[in-house]
Amino acid sequence: MVRLILRSIMGLFLTALCLTFLVFWLTNLAPNLEKLAKTQGNARMTDAAVESWLANRGYDQALPVKYGEWLGVVPGYVIDGSDGTTRARCVEAGAPVNNPPRFCGVLQGDWGYSTVLRDDVLTIIGTRLGLTAKLMACVMAIMIPGALIMGVLAGMREGSRLDRSLSTVSIITTATPEYVSGVVLIAVFATGTFGMNWFKGTATSAMEDANFQNFFLPVMTIALYGMGYIARMTRASMTEVMTAQYIRTARLKGVSFSNIVLKHALRNALIAPFTVIMLQFPWLLNGVVIVETLFNYKGFGWTLVQAASNNDIELLLGVSIVSVIVVLVTQLLSDIGYAVLNPRIRLS
Amino acid sequence: MEPLTWTGSLGQFLNPVLMITATALVLTAAAQIIAGLFAPAVTLQSNADGSLMARGGAFGAVETALKWAFIATVVTLTAYLAAGLVMPYGRAGIVGAVAKRFLPVFIALIALFAVSMTFKRRLGLYGKLFDSTVGMIGFTLVMFWVFSAIFSGLFDMIATHDPLRPISGLKNKLPGVSVPEEGLYPHYLLGGDNLARDVFSRMVTGSVVVIAIAPLATLFAFMVGITLGLPAGYFGGKLDAFLTFIANLILAFPVILLFYLLVTPEIVATGIPSYMAAVLFVFPLVFTAVLLNSRYATQPAKRTVILVVVLGFFGWLYLSLISQEDTPLRILPAWLDGFDVNSGILVVFVSVVFVNAPTVFRIVRGLSMDIKTRDYVAAAQTRGEGPWYIMLWEILPNARGPLIVDFCLRIGYTTILLGTLGFFGLGLPPESPDWGSTINEGRKLLLIYIHPPLPPALALLTLVLGLNLLADGLREESLRD
Repeated sequence: MVRLILRSIMGLFLTALCLTFLVFWLTNLAPNLEKLAKTQGNARMTDAAVESWLANRGYDQALPVKYGEWLGVVPGYVIDGSDGTTRARCVEAGAPVNNPPRFCGVLQGDWGYSTVLRDDVLTIIGTRLGLTAKLMACVMAIMIPGALIMGVLAGMREGSRLDRSLSTVSIITTATPEYVSGVVLIAVFATGTFGMNWFKGTATSAMEDANFQNFFLPVMTIALYGMGYIARMTRASMTEVMTAQYIRTARLKGVSFSNIVLKHALRNALIAPFTVIMLQFPWLLNGVVIVETLFNYKGFGWTLVQAASNNDIELLLGVSIVSVIVVLVTQLLSDIGYAVLNPRIRLS
Repeated sequence: MEPLTWTGSLGQFLNPVLMITATALVLTAAAQIIAGLFAPAVTLQSNADGSLMARGGAFGAVETALKWAFIATVVTLTAYLAAGLVMPYGRAGIVGAVAKRFLPVFIALIALFAVSMTFKRRLGLYGKLFDSTVGMIGFTLVMFWVFSAIFSGLFDMIATHDPLRPISGLKNKLPGVSVPEEGLYPHYLLGGDNLARDVFSRMVTGSVVVIAIAPLATLFAFMVGITLGLPAGYFGGKLDAFLTFIANLILAFPVILLFYLLVTPEIVATGIPSYMAAVLFVFPLVFTAVLLNSRYATQPAKRTVILVVVLGFFGWLYLSLISQEDTPLRILPAWLDGFDVNSGILVVFVSVVFVNAPTVFRIVRGLSMDIKTRDYVAAAQTRGEGPWYIMLWEILPNARGPLIVDFCLRIGYTTILLGTLGFFGLGLPPESPDWGSTINEGRKLLLIYIHPPLPPALALLTLVLGLNLLADGLREESLRD
């Protein structure tokens, strides 16, 4: 068990390193840097000016060196620029360079400065992640119980009308991506066209003060898409459990149907959906980005779009570290959780 | 011309009927579900007069009522379409006019169903699809959009206006507005969008983009996944560990971040997507070569001829596909370069294949690990067959059931991904009528005008739903074997 966890954690670090390096490489390609120089410096710079601008700020170093500096394992650069100013990676722009700290990277807690949102990357990610956490908490609170109830109800009597109607509902929700369900929900419930102007079509005001009126539609949009999938997995594992020998024994003993479902079947039927719920996290991240863009809720997903579309390198790197780590940690948790929950693996 | 109403003169009669049947349907369905929780299990009941009954009492009555309410609703809805087809233009409102535009699609659907139903016993898995209701509904939805794409893409039939041309004065006008210019189709059936273009025509033309890219991209992803997944599962060891690590690496990447990193103009300028295309598109070539080589290895003369012909053609296709005018990869001279794909579409295609391939790889790897322990594989090994023959001609045909099901699901997923790309305005040209871009454009004024984004949204929903239902039907039928 301990070996399994250690191996998974090792794999996690290796994957995280590879992925961040990949993002680092893609964001630091020559055309991206040129765009950065022109947006930061002067839009009409000549090629030579761009080159010296980049060289003065350490962008022309070798890629592994830059990555090491960003990570905080290679000493930060100190460059006597061609324009006469001395710049160091670990000193804020404009401040005098004397005895700068040797390392300043992600490991030291220095995530850089966002050129678009004009703030420290770590601060931005902190506040935005908080907003998204609020959204996700509401989504989880609706999605997980809803999906489990749907799946258990559908799976306890396979082939019944209830099963077929609930399965149809879950197929429909899995076939509706967030940008479709969001648009349909807004059209129906946030405009007066169908006489049901009950909610707000934007969630901007929910950032400070979330209430039912401005938060329900975004939450439902994300929850619906994930719900169908989890419900189908729960149904599959519930139908499998309901045909097991011990359920038949319980039936023959004369245990009532509700007791069979609640006391005998439910616990075993919930092992498989647990892993599915954990593995839903990467998909939920997708949903978050779409919904936050659609409803103009300025959380983590919105930040990702801003950073990516404006080539805000340091912010984008920060955002990708966080999302990669979220994905990997949930994978790890689902592996461990599966091993812990499933007696067949736990005892071997 | 007068503007059209939704249902025209039909509505006076049919709308109340629809209201009644729909209300009855909702009420009986609710009653049935509630009753279903308390109803006894289905057993035969013997009545006092000696007859047998499958289900009686209040519960049986509710079930019968639900059945009839459902039939009545479907009949009413069909009546709108059928009346629209026979009544003169304009009398049956927008619904009737839309039905009339889709007439070729309906005829094609009916013909396809008639032929398939007649010969369904001789058609293998495809024929069995017509035994399952779910599968048939899914197939109808999918083929509806496939035929729409064929008729509007190849024959220019269904769309009413040019999807790219604005007509002044029709900006954001409501559905059924009449067109001021002479000589054109007299109405904008589903209204005008933000740039005064016809929403209906854009929706129909958008299906061409989706139907052309999604299945092809999925096919390529399958080729990559199969070519790498079979040896990974069959040989295991270091190769498997390495490929699995790479696949997990790509899977751990948030899809949207990947799209943003790959599909920006700056990255396209570096040529990375072109190199990725060159690598990814080699796999179908390798797959076909190995497939044919392993089959005919014992007849060298025949094999050489087949390989030269097939690989020559595929190789030419491959080179024409990857050599582009304005990218670093310009291999073929212009006179030999068969066709040029729009570079935006190529980039979208590559990134969708790239995102899908690892999942296919994992599925194929799992299947091949499972199947390689079977007796017929051992028999082939004893016979002295080579590993590639065993993988491609023993393992792969036996893994086809789950793969076909996943193929359908994955086309749906690819459609969603394409929509996501369009929604973020990535890759495809901005005026492109594909559904994702149209939804993206319409959402900006969604709170004021809801009619531009809704039709593409519902179109995408029905296509993906159809694919999911189709996959469900196929799974059911292939499990029954």
